[in-house]
Amino acid sequence: MSMTINEIQDELIEDFSFFEDWMAKYEYIIQLGKELPLINEAYKTDDLLIKGCQSRVWLHAQEIEDKIFFTADSDAIITKGLVSLMIKVLSGQRAEDIMSANLYFIDEIGLKEHLSPTRANGLVAMVKQMKLYAVALNAKQ
Amino acid sequence: MTHYDIDSIRADFPILKTKVNGHPLVYLDNGATTQKPQSVINAITDYYTQINSNVHRGVHHLSQLATDAYEVTRKKISEFINAAHDYEVILTSGTTHSINLVANSYGKQFVREGDEIVISAMEHHSNIVPWQMICEDRGAKLRVIPINDEGELDMEAYAAMLNERVKLVSITYVSNTLGTLNPIKEVIKQAHDQDIPVLIDGAQAIQHLDVDVQALDVDFFAFSGHKMYGPTGVGVLYGKEKWLDRMPPYQGGGDMIKEVRFEKTIYNELPFKFEAGTPNIEAGICLGTAIDYIKTTGINQIALYETELLKYATKALSEIDQIRFIGTAKEKSSVISFLVNGAHPYDVGVILDKLGVAVRTGHHCTQPLMERFDIPGTVRASIAMYNTKEDIDLLVNAVKKAASMLL
Repeated sequence: MSMTINEIQDELIEDFSFFEDWMAKYEYIIQLGKELPLINEAYKTDDLLIKGCQSRVWLHAQEIEDKIFFTADSDAIITKGLVSLMIKVLSGQRAEDIMSANLYFIDEIGLKEHLSPTRANGLVAMVKQMKLYAVALNAKQ
Repeated sequence: MTHYDIDSIRADFPILKTKVNGHPLVYLDNGATTQKPQSVINAITDYYTQINSNVHRGVHHLSQLATDAYEVTRKKISEFINAAHDYEVILTSGTTHSINLVANSYGKQFVREGDEIVISAMEHHSNIVPWQMICEDRGAKLRVIPINDEGELDMEAYAAMLNERVKLVSITYVSNTLGTLNPIKEVIKQAHDQDIPVLIDGAQAIQHLDVDVQALDVDFFAFSGHKMYGPTGVGVLYGKEKWLDRMPPYQGGGDMIKEVRFEKTIYNELPFKFEAGTPNIEAGICLGTAIDYIKTTGINQIALYETELLKYATKALSEIDQIRFIGTAKEKSSVISFLVNGAHPYDVGVILDKLGVAVRTGHHCTQPLMERFDIPGTVRASIAMYNTKEDIDLLVNAVKKAASMLL
C-alpha cells in the first residue's frame, strides 16, 4: 500500500525538523535540486513551461492506471528543490486526492514565503497546474 | 573627499536599524525604492494632523494651507531641477505616469502614420510599452538604439537613426539594470540639430546626480518621488512650456478645466491642464520635505560619496572568482548588476535575503535587455546616500556564501 498525500507530508515535516537552522534546510533543498534531472529534456518545451517572473518551471503529467505521475524541472536550483518536494507529495496519487489536497507541509517546514504568489518563482503556478491536470483527468474518467 | 557625515545620515533613516533573520539589514535595493528619512515620515503625520484638506478648491483655511504647501513643493522641485518656470513642473503619480502622459498627449498631437519614435535597448518597460501603444495607435514605428557588450549606447547607430520621420527620442539617463550613465547631453544635442524633442527618464538619476534641465536643454524629464527619499505615489514630469502648451490634456476631470459647458470645455492653464482630479496631496507635500533633506547634504556631495562607494563595491565584488558583471560601461552610477556564474539570480537572492542583504533579482522590468545579454536576469545591488563600505563588505560575504552553497 503506497503512502497517502498527508502521510508523505507528515514524513517530510519530520525530516525537516532535524535541521537546526535555515542553512541546513536550504542545503538539503539545494541538494534535492542538484540531483538527477527530474524531467525528460524532450518535455522542456514551451507548452509545458510555467512562467514565473523570476524562475521558470516545466511540468509534465502522465496518467498510469488511475494515478497521475508528474515530472518537472526548473532553471533555479532552490525552486527545483521545492518542485522536487511537491512531486514527492503529489506524484503517483489519484486525481481526486490531488484535487482536494491541502498542502500544509510547506508552511510547516518554514518555507511558506516561497509559496507566496508575489514570490513569482513559478511554484504557485505549478501547484495550480498540477491540480488542473488532476481535475482534467478526473473529468475524463 | 570632504567630510560626509554618514553616521548622522544613517541615524536619520529609522528603518536601517531593522534586523532581518537575525542579521542587520543591508539595504541595497535602492533602485527599486529608497528608504525615507525621519523628516519625511514626520511630514506625513503632520500633514494629516494639521492641514489635511483638498487643494485648489476651497476658500476655507485648511484648503488654503494644503494648497500653499502643495504649491511650495512645485517650487522646490522647479528649483531643484532648475526649471525656467514653476508651471513647467507637472505633478504626476510617478515616472510611469509621466511617460504615459507624454506618449498620449504628445503622441496624439504630433505623431502621424509613418513617423518614428526612438528609444534604446536598455529601457525599462515603462519607457517601452507606452511608446509601443502610441505607435500602434498612430501607425508609427518604434526604433531601438542598440548597445554594445559593455552596456553603452551605440552613438553611431543613434546618429544614423535621426531623420525627419523621428518625432521624439526617449531614453533613460541611468540604466536601472546596468547602471550605465548615458551621454544624454550629446543625445539631446544631436536630436535638436534635427528639431526632434527628447524625453529623459530620470528615475535612476535624480537622486544621484545634479540635474539642470535648462543646461541639458531637455524637452521632457520624468522621475519618481519614492526613489528620491520621498513618498510613493508622486512623481514629476518636467516639460518645456513650448511643448506643454501645444499638447492636449491627458486626462479629463476636475482641476484641469477653466470652464465646462456641455457644448465645449475650456481647459485650465499650465500646469493644471495636466493635473486632473485630486492629486496625492500628502505625497506631493512630503516630496518637498525629501528635497529639503537631499539639499541639507547636497546632491553634489551625495554624488561624490556614491561614486566612491560604487568603485569600492565594484572592486570588492570583482575579487569573487565566479562573478560576472552585467553592465561595465565606463560611465556608471549607483547600480551593479552581476551573476554568480552557473547560479540562477533567484537562488542567489534567496540566500542573500537569509543573510539580511536586500537586493533585487530578476529581469528588472527590462526583458529585452536580458534577451540582449542572453541571461534570465541578474542580481542587482543599487546604492543610496546612506549605504556604507560595511554594507558592501556584508554583500560580498553573502555572495561568497551563496556561491559556496549553490555551486
